[in-house]
Amino acid sequence: MMNALIFLILFPLFISLLALFLPRGMPGRKVIGTVANAVLCAVPIYLLFATLDQGPSYFRLESGFITTAMLVLEVLIAAYLIYLSVRAKRYLPVVLVVVQLVTMLGFEFVHGHSIQVEYSLFMDKFSIIMALIVGIIGSAICLYGFGYMPEYHHHYPEVKDRRNFFAFLMYLFLSAMFGIIFSNNIMWLFFFWEVTTLCSFLLIGYRDDNASRDSAFRALNMNLIGGVVFAFGIVYLFLSSGTMELDKLLLQDKGTVLLPAVCFAFAGLAKSAQFPFSSWLTGAMVAPTPVSALLHSSTMVKAGVYLILRVSPVMENTVAAQMLTLIGGVSFLVTAMIAISQSNAKKVLAYSTISNLGLIVACAGVNTDAAVWSALLLIIFHAVAKSLLFLCVGIIEYKLDSRDIEDMDFLIMRLPKLTAVMMVGMAGMFLAPFGMIISKFVTLKAFINANPFMAIILAYGSAATIFFWTKWMGKIISIRHGEHEVVEHRVSNWEWTTLGILAFATIAVCLAFPFISFHVIDPYLMELFNKAPIVDTFNILVIFVIMLGLLIILPLGLFFFAFVNRNYKRVGTYLGGANISDITFEGAMDAAQPIQIKSYYLEKFFGEERLFYVGVFVSLTLIFIMFGVAAI
Amino acid sequence: MNTIQEMFQSWGMVERAVAFILLAPLAGGLIAGIDRRVSARFQGRYGPPVLQPFYDVFKLMQKQRILVNKFQNFNILLFLLFTVFSGALFFMGVDLLLTIFSLALAGTFFVLAGFCVGSPFSHLGAEREIIQQVAYEPMVILLAVGMYQVTGSFKVAEIAQFQAPLILYLPGVFAGFLYILTIKFRKSPFDLSMSHHAHQEIVRGMTTEFSGPALAVIEIAHWYENVMLLGMVYLFFGFNPWLGLGVALLTYLFEIFIDMNYARFKWQLTFGSSWLFTAVAGVSNIIVLGLMR
Repeated sequence: MMNALIFLILFPLFISLLALFLPRGMPGRKVIGTVANAVLCAVPIYLLFATLDQGPSYFRLESGFITTAMLVLEVLIAAYLIYLSVRAKRYLPVVLVVVQLVTMLGFEFVHGHSIQVEYSLFMDKFSIIMALIVGIIGSAICLYGFGYMPEYHHHYPEVKDRRNFFAFLMYLFLSAMFGIIFSNNIMWLFFFWEVTTLCSFLLIGYRDDNASRDSAFRALNMNLIGGVVFAFGIVYLFLSSGTMELDKLLLQDKGTVLLPAVCFAFAGLAKSAQFPFSSWLTGAMVAPTPVSALLHSSTMVKAGVYLILRVSPVMENTVAAQMLTLIGGVSFLVTAMIAISQSNAKKVLAYSTISNLGLIVACAGVNTDAAVWSALLLIIFHAVAKSLLFLCVGIIEYKLDSRDIEDMDFLIMRLPKLTAVMMVGMAGMFLAPFGMIISKFVTLKAFINANPFMAIILAYGSAATIFFWTKWMGKIISIRHGEHEVVEHRVSNWEWTTLGILAFATIAVCLAFPFISFHVIDPYLMELFNKAPIVDTFNILVIFVIMLGLLIILPLGLFFFAFVNRNYKRVGTYLGGANISDITFEGAMDAAQPIQIKSYYLEKFFGEERLFYVGVFVSLTLIFIMFGVAAI
Repeated sequence: MNTIQEMFQSWGMVERAVAFILLAPLAGGLIAGIDRRVSARFQGRYGPPVLQPFYDVFKLMQKQRILVNKFQNFNILLFLLFTVFSGALFFMGVDLLLTIFSLALAGTFFVLAGFCVGSPFSHLGAEREIIQQVAYEPMVILLAVGMYQVTGSFKVAEIAQFQAPLILYLPGVFAGFLYILTIKFRKSPFDLSMSHHAHQEIVRGMTTEFSGPALAVIEIAHWYENVMLLGMVYLFFGFNPWLGLGVALLTYLFEIFIDMNYARFKWQLTFGSSWLFTAVAGVSNIIVLGLMR
């Protein structure tokens, strides 16, 4: 079993090195990639079934050599970051890197010999859930990249072609993610944590123009701030309790390890782009689409909430946990509102990601069995549906030469299959019977028992969520008869395969959710709380009925109305005068009036510049309180 | 009345669902007929016969099917299906939240119907319909939250049989719910997206491109929805069935009265005031209940 874990960490690393060094255009390249992706999907599934009835397992590993190797690599990464920052004349990252490096090296030098780590690696049900997400969704996104990247460079000839480097980073990212979720040694976790920071920085800056450089350095700065606090937390943890293991952290006296736990949670907030750090994720959309999809669904932000969920039991029933809940709640509500005012598709998706992660963070803060149950479900459902949506938008961007939602009118006539896939993804994000609504359902119940104020935030936030999704849905399914070129045939098979896998997964995880809940999440909760929430079976049954009903009715209905039903008379739309064509009519004074259809964005209520600062100020205050109460 | 209630409680879930599916349109249609009569009296007219809504629906059914695109009526059918489904869930006595989410799904299909025809009037109506949905959604969820706080259950059956008067614990939630009921009943001042009167400045909004049988379906769905909403009002007074029924009917009369006395609001005012009123009445009620426990 331990070999499987090590394999999962090292295999993507091996593939990433292959990707870097095998010459581009080599015939076997894509075959190797495809096989590698299949392996990356298969191993976590094997782990799931091999350990179905087992509790968490911990593994000893001779760590002396590995720790030294990691230290050397850390210094090299730091040097590389400093080099890049100085070259770009940015000095804040230099300061942060130096502070972090000095902290860690000093710590290692003074206390390194006395650190005793019993179990370096571990695996429990939560790790397996994360491994499935990283393995399946992560490698599906890499598969999509095979078809996408050539088109990307075709589209932007001015961007220097560094495709090998790109593939290297993608797989390195996956490797680091596996490292994060299987490390029990917090020093190791920190090392992998910093590798994801590095990867995201380089991937966001892939285009290497001014905008992407700005975004990349913003992401770097914010994640380094999180990293510095993480490092302080490690030092404080060791000095106060003498432990360096994740599982032993939970067994310590809650008072002594509260401050390190808050430090780790802070690092998690930065990584999962909660307020006040949200701007790095919205800036990250300058990167090629696979990067956005990876950051938003299976890696980066999920690493943040993973760490928060791991340390939140330490904060149980403290004011710090309440602050964490509120930070999550504020991020959830404010970003859902801001999303209403955005017309840039990728930005809407980014804000929706932050919003959903806010809900997960809030659940982690509440930390009851029901709350953690829904947090885990939110992680799963969100990862699948969000990656699907990003990949769809990536394709639309090229076919329509725009990522603006206002340009997506009549998308169903131009990219019919893609629109269908996208509808699945969107429905997965907010509509009953899909997954997100199941988790929101449980979240609401968990919140009412713990903190009614959060239930109110959820009520308003859900309403805002309905708004931006529904109007986007409406935009892409509107139909107008006339000349619309179907541009779908130019989408590559790599991309179709990925979309197919993810669309199928969106529906499958909803149908399989009782299995996931019973066999994977409940055992984890039993481990943590000695009880698991009892979900009303009748409710599940109803959700199933709706789901199956839709799966049967929708295709049949569409078929019926498309081909069978002939009993109607078709007319033009009413435009307020005599129709000249589908988009112009003859109004008063014989004038030909064109029509245009635009959506509401409610800028006055939900404008980004106003709400963003509200979110930043409120959350900064909450963070200070969180550290304040943890320190005293 | 008590015997009726006892009979209803002795039924199984399937029987209750069937009873709702069969009786709700009759009740809803009658209410609509009375609505038109009472409204006419307010305006100094006699008004149509009480059964007029049924005649209208039958006549609409016989009209020619005129469409803008082939798929527009599919959404309308799904809207009806899920409205009936959520109403049936409600009267079966199962989870209130499930009912609310399922109703939101029905509402989404209706909005999508408005969008999918691609006509500017319909589009504008659909946009306004979403604004209305967003305006009322928080209060509807808070209604479930408040009832759970008092009764400790989300089950409609258990809430309805709660012995203490719910209204005494949830006066703010009830007030907030009354406010958004005006939106749900599509009454002025909140009938932005479409209204029952043809004097709409956006040519009947969302339903501009729907005619004949599709309009009939929309009307029937509306009847189902109204009955279910009045059922939610009843829950506040479940401790006394007669009182519950009386207040439900009074509530409807009250909404007619509001309808007659207000000119249509702009969407800004509709949206802002709904959220504000929800916050003042509903949220404060919830917080007080949370502190009391």
